[in-house]
Amino acid sequence: MASAHRPIIQVTNVSKRFGKHEVLSDISLDVAPREVLVVIGPSGSGKSTLLRCLNLLEQPSGGEIVIDGKPLLAKETNIVAVRAELGMVFQQFNLFPHLKVLDNITLGPVRVRKWPAAKARDKALELLRKVGLEDKAGAYPASLSGGQAQRVAIARALAMEPKIMLFDEPTSALDPEMVGEVLAVMKRLAKEGMTMVVVTHEMGFAREVGDRVLFMEQGRIIEQGEPKALFERPQQERTRAFLSKVL
Amino acid sequence: MDFRFDIVRDYLPLLLRGTVYTVCISLASIALGSILGLGVGLGKMSRYWFLRWPMHAYINFFRGTPLLVQIYMVHFGLIPLLYGKTDAIAAAVTALSLNAAAYTAEIYRAGIQSIDKGQTEAALSIGMTPWQAMRSVVLPQAVRRMIPAFGNEFIVLLKDSSLVALIAAPEIMYWSSAMKNQYIRVWEPYLTAALIYFILTYTLNKLLVLLERKVA
Repeated sequence: MASAHRPIIQVTNVSKRFGKHEVLSDISLDVAPREVLVVIGPSGSGKSTLLRCLNLLEQPSGGEIVIDGKPLLAKETNIVAVRAELGMVFQQFNLFPHLKVLDNITLGPVRVRKWPAAKARDKALELLRKVGLEDKAGAYPASLSGGQAQRVAIARALAMEPKIMLFDEPTSALDPEMVGEVLAVMKRLAKEGMTMVVVTHEMGFAREVGDRVLFMEQGRIIEQGEPKALFERPQQERTRAFLSKVL
Repeated sequence: MDFRFDIVRDYLPLLLRGTVYTVCISLASIALGSILGLGVGLGKMSRYWFLRWPMHAYINFFRGTPLLVQIYMVHFGLIPLLYGKTDAIAAAVTALSLNAAAYTAEIYRAGIQSIDKGQTEAALSIGMTPWQAMRSVVLPQAVRRMIPAFGNEFIVLLKDSSLVALIAAPEIMYWSSAMKNQYIRVWEPYLTAALIYFILTYTLNKLLVLLERKVA
């Protein structure tokens, strides 16, 4: 069975092409349980595509992905069941606008996990308290600020009690003054030991919270390492060039 | 122009019975056509060609040929083929439903495709099946946007149901034609029929506006 050292995510030689355009070429990486991996790189570098391959919102063109011992691309793997173990937070929040905040959060537990409504509700309220929005349970998403919407989206993903959380540029669509409140929730999550893969432009977050930072460009992993080492002594010229622009 | 109210009064019971038939045939066709149309529309959006192509052909056929031709084919061809003999009401509901399905299929497709892809992705990411995502997340949002288009289609269908008089389904036009033939008068039967249709479409329109206001 899974030991503490066995990676919970194993990506091997994954490639992704859209037509002739190769977005990911020969990507291999492991993520350990409880690890926070931060993926950085210029836009169009394939980092979001890589993240979306991890729960098969994008179908890789080749390679292998193993999540918690289950090979994603094998025919016998039930991808719907694997996705339930992977929470995902999107750049555009993607809250369900026809449902109240509480129902956004309980939808998955009730429909997918088949929890009784009362149990799902208790869990949702607990999570709303955790992200500081218990007073918004009855509100519709349209009435929330961007920062509030993203915190609800995090609560919605957590309600499924996932083993891994994927963040796809969670603060990129936010006004600057709201970035902090979302990052604070993510920091707490990391501290509680959640396995996280975070695609972001927030270098401060990467440095402070990341266990490992991975720099991508043109569909390849250029360099990876501990945040302090990567930010202070990047080994590759391209990493240096990118960091000099964003830091 | 003298208008003979007495012959309208004579035919009123029959016209009212015809109105009941018109309403029932239309409602049944709207219901069946909308359900069938969802299947056709989803089929046309399928990633499997063996679902997509037939649905594509279905929509083209029913939108590209006259409703009257379809009614005749169902009445004189399809229903006798299935049951041995024909039946005007069954043929009317079948033909109108098949026709409405083609139009509502396109309404469903447009409505569903107007919902952001991120909605489906978010639903999938919390472990829903594609069908659950469609049912709980995409359709409830899409249906709101479809209401005006559905309203148009329902009103068109209600008016087009007058064509089934030609296969002797005893609805409004059937009885007004009978009235015309009996008295050799034009204005009394057709103005009366027009008024009844107008009241029906006007009421339907008002109901749809109310519904739209309630859901939106």
